[in-house]
Amino acid sequence: MTVRIVDRRQDSKNKSSINRSRFIHRFKGQIRKAVADAIAKRGIRDLDNGEKIGIPGKDISEPHFRHGRGGKREAVHPGNDRFNSGDEVDRPQGGGAGQGKGRASPDGEGMDDFVFTLTRDEFLDIFFDELALPNLVKRQLARIDEYKRVRAGYTQSGVPTNINLVRTMRGAAGRRVAVSGPYGARLRELQEELDRLRRDCPGDPDIERIEREIACLKARREAIPFIDPFDLRYSNRIRIPQPSTQAVMFCLMDVSGSMDEQKKQMAKRFFMLLYLFLNRNYEHIEVVFIRHHTAAEEVDEDNFFHSRETGGTIVSSALKLMHEIIATRYSSATWNIYGAQASDGDNWNDDSPVCREILSESILPAVQYFAYIEITEAEPQNLWAEYERLQGSHPENFAMQRIGGPEDIYPVFRELFRKRLV
Amino acid sequence: MTKKRIRPIAEGSDWTYEAIERYDNEIGRVAKAYGLDCYRHQLEIITAEQMMDAYASIGMPVYYHHWSFGKHFLETENRYKRGQMGLAYEIVINSDPCIAYLMEENTLTMQALVIAHAAYGHNSFFKGNHLFKQWTSADAIIDYLVFAKNYIAQCEERHGFDAVERLVDACHALMNLGVDRYKRSPRLSLEKETLRQKEREAYLQAQVNDLWRTLPRQDEAVAEEEERRFPEEAEENLLYFVEKHAPLLEPWQREVVRIVRKIGQYFYPQRQTQVMNEGWATYWHYTLLNTLYDEGKLSDGFMFEFLQSHTNVVYQPPYNSQWYSGINPYALGFAMWRDIRRICAEPTAEDREWFPDIAGSDWREAFDFAMKNFKDESFVAQYLSPKLMRDFRFFAIQDDDSKPKLRVNAIHDEQGYREVRRRLAEQYNLGSSEPNIQVWNVDLRGDRSLTLRHFVHERRPLGRDTDAVLDHLAYLWGFTVRLEEQSPSGSVNLVSERKSEKRRRGES
Repeated sequence: MTVRIVDRRQDSKNKSSINRSRFIHRFKGQIRKAVADAIAKRGIRDLDNGEKIGIPGKDISEPHFRHGRGGKREAVHPGNDRFNSGDEVDRPQGGGAGQGKGRASPDGEGMDDFVFTLTRDEFLDIFFDELALPNLVKRQLARIDEYKRVRAGYTQSGVPTNINLVRTMRGAAGRRVAVSGPYGARLRELQEELDRLRRDCPGDPDIERIEREIACLKARREAIPFIDPFDLRYSNRIRIPQPSTQAVMFCLMDVSGSMDEQKKQMAKRFFMLLYLFLNRNYEHIEVVFIRHHTAAEEVDEDNFFHSRETGGTIVSSALKLMHEIIATRYSSATWNIYGAQASDGDNWNDDSPVCREILSESILPAVQYFAYIEITEAEPQNLWAEYERLQGSHPENFAMQRIGGPEDIYPVFRELFRKRLV
Repeated sequence: MTKKRIRPIAEGSDWTYEAIERYDNEIGRVAKAYGLDCYRHQLEIITAEQMMDAYASIGMPVYYHHWSFGKHFLETENRYKRGQMGLAYEIVINSDPCIAYLMEENTLTMQALVIAHAAYGHNSFFKGNHLFKQWTSADAIIDYLVFAKNYIAQCEERHGFDAVERLVDACHALMNLGVDRYKRSPRLSLEKETLRQKEREAYLQAQVNDLWRTLPRQDEAVAEEEERRFPEEAEENLLYFVEKHAPLLEPWQREVVRIVRKIGQYFYPQRQTQVMNEGWATYWHYTLLNTLYDEGKLSDGFMFEFLQSHTNVVYQPPYNSQWYSGINPYALGFAMWRDIRRICAEPTAEDREWFPDIAGSDWREAFDFAMKNFKDESFVAQYLSPKLMRDFRFFAIQDDDSKPKLRVNAIHDEQGYREVRRRLAEQYNLGSSEPNIQVWNVDLRGDRSLTLRHFVHERRPLGRDTDAVLDHLAYLWGFTVRLEEQSPSGSVNLVSERKSEKRRRGES
């Protein structure tokens, strides 16, 4: 009797994926926190990867009744190299070898984090979840490849619906001309010969032969098909990646003393969301970071989020710098320009009207969209009031929002996303 | 011997179906010659991912869904990807036919090793050992798991998966205390199970209602009598008690409790026979493959590869090694089975004194007797020889938290053999290594609270999980749950009390 060997390799792939998603669902709270930590460490352009995250081991342990430490217990161990009956030895420190049969870990403090890797989709899912994005927007942002089908000439094979009649018929006509060409020449020759013979020496036996040949040639010419599979031409379409333009994104942030770490993290999500959006729509994106207190400077991402300044706030300095950079590096004919500004609303009073002026005169005409978020619980100050006037005059490309938590970020982009979705 | 050249069974390290089949035939032939009695078996080729998945669901080919299996899968996957562990070569399922998994990444040699180890070693143990015979129904387990999976999936559809998850969490927490240690469970069968399930639902519910309906009126006279406890005898199977008597559970919830309990029960023999079972399988793969080698059917290259992984499996690091994590059941089991054969075949004077009944007897008979009638605890108590204790250099340590130092109670010497052996056997006694907690009383006349009693052994306290487990129990019970501690002297004190979070139907 031979043994039964069953190949199960093709069976139920990803059988564990249900259990995996249950696990993620169950510990969403902890995972969300871990994702938040991960976001704090990531660059804003780095959103297309999974993430290795750790959640506290004790949170996910499954409880059972078991003994804790203490009491009297005995254990047998192998490898005696020095002990004799009746010896007394010090307790090994730190639950090391020789005692307790490894019971230290379930009860002890030092339980490691449970580390695992979220896939890109799971990561984005949690990121979006926090931002309370509508589903349609989530789908649009999470989609990796967006292709457009464009016409690309003609092919000789394809599906019947794609047959291109004009091309096919033109080819058929050409083929008929080409194939019947030699017959036509020969026919004309024979006809001339026949005419000559009939005229000069009727009764020549050649006449009959030539007539037969002519009939034969004509029959052959008739037999050339009007249309042949060889003539068929199909319209060809190929898929090319959709985004084919370039964009530049300006991140403006107030880094004066009142912007604490938490506010910066909130601002970071705001920038990330805009970046993600642009990433789906443009092939090439540059990001410019401008931070400001009383003076503005262009910095790299690390300095942007992680250095701290003190002192007053003059918002117009950043807007001026942005305008200068646009003028020198991104002339708006070839660049799609997006601006995102985050602040806690503080500004030097006399400066706010200046800000409005710069925005409405120089910046808004040049940009696709400019979004402003104010991360504060306090009453709005004069900067907010000035910006509100802008919202009235430029409703199509200026948006502003006061933000308490990450779920408030999305509304500031609502118009932007809506336009793109149509 | 003649120099007749015998061709090896197969060449090369990549496996093919034909090669696996040839190996299986040859190994089966040798196993039969040794008189191993096995279930029919079936070999299944699986991928590494499927192997990890099988790990996560305790090796079962079908299982219900639960987040904890996702967690175990991630754990395994992480360690595997980081290269911290190789996957186990084999998983074998105690079913009839016995299913052994072969991982596609393994070399041909490893496949042969797995076939010998699992499909003949473990398989014969499952068929012969009294615990497996008594507690498990190999022919019905797969059917039962299918039933369980479908039933739980249905419950999820009907009651929402959060509710089911909450319930299964609670059951898992009590799974260790969901086994009958002494009674035999009735046989499982899919059709019967499905047929009876409806009936049982109605019946169980009626039983429970009865329990509460027949509450005697609060007569003064009765109150003066000494209150009778319910249950009258302490019940050690917590899950069973919950299934039968928890007042507020819905019928489907009782069924889920029963499913978790049944599956826990099914694994109980495996937990009790780890050393014996792994040792037995290791002994037989070693013996079967060596026999084939002696017949000239295996190449030297095969043997080198085989011996390397065999040696890794049976390595026992000493207590002070950084790799030490307790006694390796493969090492101890393998050594003990080999030792039994040695005692039978070439006994020393010492062996004759210690093992008069097997020294010099037929080793195959001694083997079968030991394999059929013991579990780890009694196996060690019966067969651990002084020679092995010397080989392993065993020593027994006492850790008493009331004393400043650890004490070495016995070592591998003339005075210590019996002591070391007794202590090692005790170490494999699940009854004493797990806390002894039983259902003590239900306050039928009062607040319906459930009282558990922990019988403290050697002053060992309960771990920190205790409150979390009690919360789970309180969820199942529906009313307050208490845990008392009874010391050997008889004094009782309350350790913990958890109020139930739900009291939907209970009038408070």
